[in-house]
Amino acid sequence: MPLIKHPVPPGSKWSYVFGSATLFCLVLQVITGVALSLLYQPSSSEAYKSLQFITNDAAFGNVLRGIHYFGASAMIIMVSIHMMRVYITAAYKYPREMTWISGVILFFMTIAMGFTGQLLRWDSNGVWSSVVAAEQLGRIPFIGKWAARLLLGGDTIGGHSLSRFYSYHVFIIPAIIFLFVGYHLMLVIRNGISEPAKVGQLVDPKTYRAWYKQMLMEKGIPFWPYAAWRDVIFGALTIITIILLAIFIGPPALTGPPNPASLNANPSPDWYMLSIFSLFALMPPKIESYMIIIGPGLTILILLALPFVSNKGERHPIRRPWAVFGSVCVIVFVFSLFLLGERSPWSPAFDAKPLTAKNVHSSDTIVIAGSVLFYKKGCLFCHQINDQGGLKGPELSDVALRLSTGDMTIRIVNGGSNMPAYGGILSKKELNAIVAFLKSRKVK
Amino acid sequence: MNKDDDLKKEPENEQRRSFLIKLSLGLSFLSAAVAGVPVLAAIFAPLIEKTPKLWRKVGELETFKVGTTNLVTFENADPEKWSGVTSKSAAWLRRDEGDKFTAFSANCTHLGCPVRWEADAHLFMCPCHGGVYYKDGSVAAGPPPKALVQYPVRVNKNSIEIQTSAIPITNISA
Repeated sequence: MPLIKHPVPPGSKWSYVFGSATLFCLVLQVITGVALSLLYQPSSSEAYKSLQFITNDAAFGNVLRGIHYFGASAMIIMVSIHMMRVYITAAYKYPREMTWISGVILFFMTIAMGFTGQLLRWDSNGVWSSVVAAEQLGRIPFIGKWAARLLLGGDTIGGHSLSRFYSYHVFIIPAIIFLFVGYHLMLVIRNGISEPAKVGQLVDPKTYRAWYKQMLMEKGIPFWPYAAWRDVIFGALTIITIILLAIFIGPPALTGPPNPASLNANPSPDWYMLSIFSLFALMPPKIESYMIIIGPGLTILILLALPFVSNKGERHPIRRPWAVFGSVCVIVFVFSLFLLGERSPWSPAFDAKPLTAKNVHSSDTIVIAGSVLFYKKGCLFCHQINDQGGLKGPELSDVALRLSTGDMTIRIVNGGSNMPAYGGILSKKELNAIVAFLKSRKVK
Repeated sequence: MNKDDDLKKEPENEQRRSFLIKLSLGLSFLSAAVAGVPVLAAIFAPLIEKTPKLWRKVGELETFKVGTTNLVTFENADPEKWSGVTSKSAAWLRRDEGDKFTAFSANCTHLGCPVRWEADAHLFMCPCHGGVYYKDGSVAAGPPPKALVQYPVRVNKNSIEIQTSAIPITNISA
């Protein structure tokens, strides 16, 4: 029987399309990646110029970059949903343990491809993101500094850095991906796809294979066309969506040139790493250095251990409420961190403008002087006054309603857990002016 | 050749097979090892090659006012010809008094992002996760686990020189 017509369990409907959609995205990434490599110059000094050429001058270059960018995003979304579906329906249980393990490796390789791809966007964001990555590797016990040096190709950013990222992104990680995709697909064919879970239908490693074979003989339907049409339609829609996004939204704009001496950069990762970036801002500093290593290590370990811990028994989500609850928690946690990352309330608002007369709403000269100092001394970077200022600290539009003059003075002079002590920075006159300004803040 | 002859030759064949197995494995290992040396050298070159430490001039003495903190840029110790603009480094240089200078790394000790000197506020601030440092480099707020790293700096005749240094990598116990 031709492979394409191999029998699959009946009832494998739309929830089964995400694995093949990931594969469609991978093929799209390979094709657009090869096309980009014809235009891109993987040299620390020339890459930025070639990116400008691709974006502004090359025929359909901007769309090509856009497809590759949105293709990466779609691949990460699809592989995540696929993994979640497999977990919720316990499709990782016998005899598909190794399919799950190879899938976990492919998931992390996909994330690694996304991140190294972001570094190849060799602008100021790419340069500083690579430093952030090196700092994270630096937290590995004993070999951290060596790992950071290996990533950057030296002890600073330089000529070797981009060559390394190019090699990771174009040769090394894809080779691992091809290897494990082949293995993953081989296992899918050999063990068959999991049948839709049924309440009370337990997986028993002793009898499962015989039962599955019998079930396929009795009820199996040919993969092509009776099951595969959904994969093809969903895959095609995914790719069409990617292309439309590339045309109408386009790739991320390039930031400044890749100059490590230009310090006005504000490095931030692409959306799929934003949740982790947020976590770094919110974690208690005392445990953070440990968690940067322990967190990902533990996650990988748990995911790899999963099919060994539980490879038989119930598969239906209704009989596995903790698995569903855990999945919902992970989704809520990651999505909340993502939304927080979009706002980045912990970052100083360097672009804050001096307070407007409308927001100062006072003719008292000391209050006005205080408002000027509130901006100049950086208070406005972290505190909001009406519609101006940062979000790092509490909003102070009506601070006079909740703090006395003494409380304000103590907090400004001594600082707090997340605020510098201004005692050694402000003169008495400046302190009095700022307090006078804050005392006049009574209306939101 | 009859069956008896075959049996007689069997130990000899076995010896020959054993030799050929060892030879094929040995040659495979040898060729892999020889080919692997330059490959491993390319991979681990950043650990093998030592980067020199050089003094780079960042300006004349009189261009820095006492009490001010300025951004200075200089070239890395060992820039390759194809490095372009990536061979540059930056530091924040303060003239404390007379001939006394302090040079701070521009990398936040949290995750390496570029810290900015806010002159009016007398604070270094990091855009990534809100790390803040006092003017002496000590941590004022936010997640940085330790003070800003300082680079060696000297006055050589009338020139201010900074010693090229690695990007400061914070380790797990910081």
